Amino acid sequence: MTRRRYSRGMEQVVSADESRLVEALQAGDERVFEQLTREYNASLLRVAQIYVTSRAVAEEVVQETWLGVLRGIERFEARSSLKTWIFRILTNIAKTRAQREGRTLPFSALERPGTVPEPAVGPERFLPPEHERWPGHWSAKPEPWPEDQLLAAEARALVEDAIEALPPAQRAVISLRDVEGWSPDETCNTLGLTETNQRVLLHRARSKVRLALEDYLAETTYE
Amino acid sequence: MSEIEQLSCQELVELVTEYLEGALPEPDRARLEDHISGCDGCRDYIEQMRTTIALTAGVRHVELSPAAEEALLATFRDWKKS
Repeated sequence: MTRRRYSRGMEQVVSADESRLVEALQAGDERVFEQLTREYNASLLRVAQIYVTSRAVAEEVVQETWLGVLRGIERFEARSSLKTWIFRILTNIAKTRAQREGRTLPFSALERPGTVPEPAVGPERFLPPEHERWPGHWSAKPEPWPEDQLLAAEARALVEDAIEALPPAQRAVISLRDVEGWSPDETCNTLGLTETNQRVLLHRARSKVRLALEDYLAETTYE
Repeated sequence: MSEIEQLSCQELVELVTEYLEGALPEPDRARLEDHISGCDGCRDYIEQMRTTIALTAGVRHVELSPAAEEALLATFRDWKKS
């Protein structure tokens, strides 16, 4: 089953819980700071890595973000959720770093129509369009996966590697949606994507991870 | 005549994410469900996608290096003093 623990979108009013967090942070409560950093660092790193090349620089961006949060928390006005606000600080810092590195932002290419489509499954797996009876049907159909092999730590490591190998934008979307459990709305808002583009990126990312698992299972099952 | 409206497997695999997101508009959703009711391959394919999503939910969260976490705490303490 897919995890669904979406918060209610980005425009939600700040909850009572969150107001308490903000107040505690303003008062310099170290435990609350640790709690927040533990909760958001993984997602912050994921988003930072869309914009900057190295892991080390991404970590610096996260550092700077928290410094920005601390410096700004006194003036935080709760017009957006704390989460939205923190990620906006991160995105601004990461974009500035990316510009300094002379990098173009990875989403721009995707906004253009006519980007080369990446099929979820290679055309060689289907009967050709000119096939008399079954054009476009499976020529080599997927086999049900053996559950027990998917429980192996190896399978998890394989999923991690497959995600790491994705282009940055796809990696960010699948990480936020499927690893961190963000809602489509939150993901679109934070990454500045349209709903359609978010879904296209998610589709490509999930398709590639599925393919990696299929290849892995084919090797381990039939060798 | 229904032939024209039928979805091929190759088309279906590109609609899976929209379908699982609940974002597939009505005539297409019905066509997709009609297709999988008679196609083992596509049923298994969708199941594999669901499994993929479930496995992805179980991967480790990326973490800051211990040094960076230390630095973060130091930043906080400096800020508090200032």
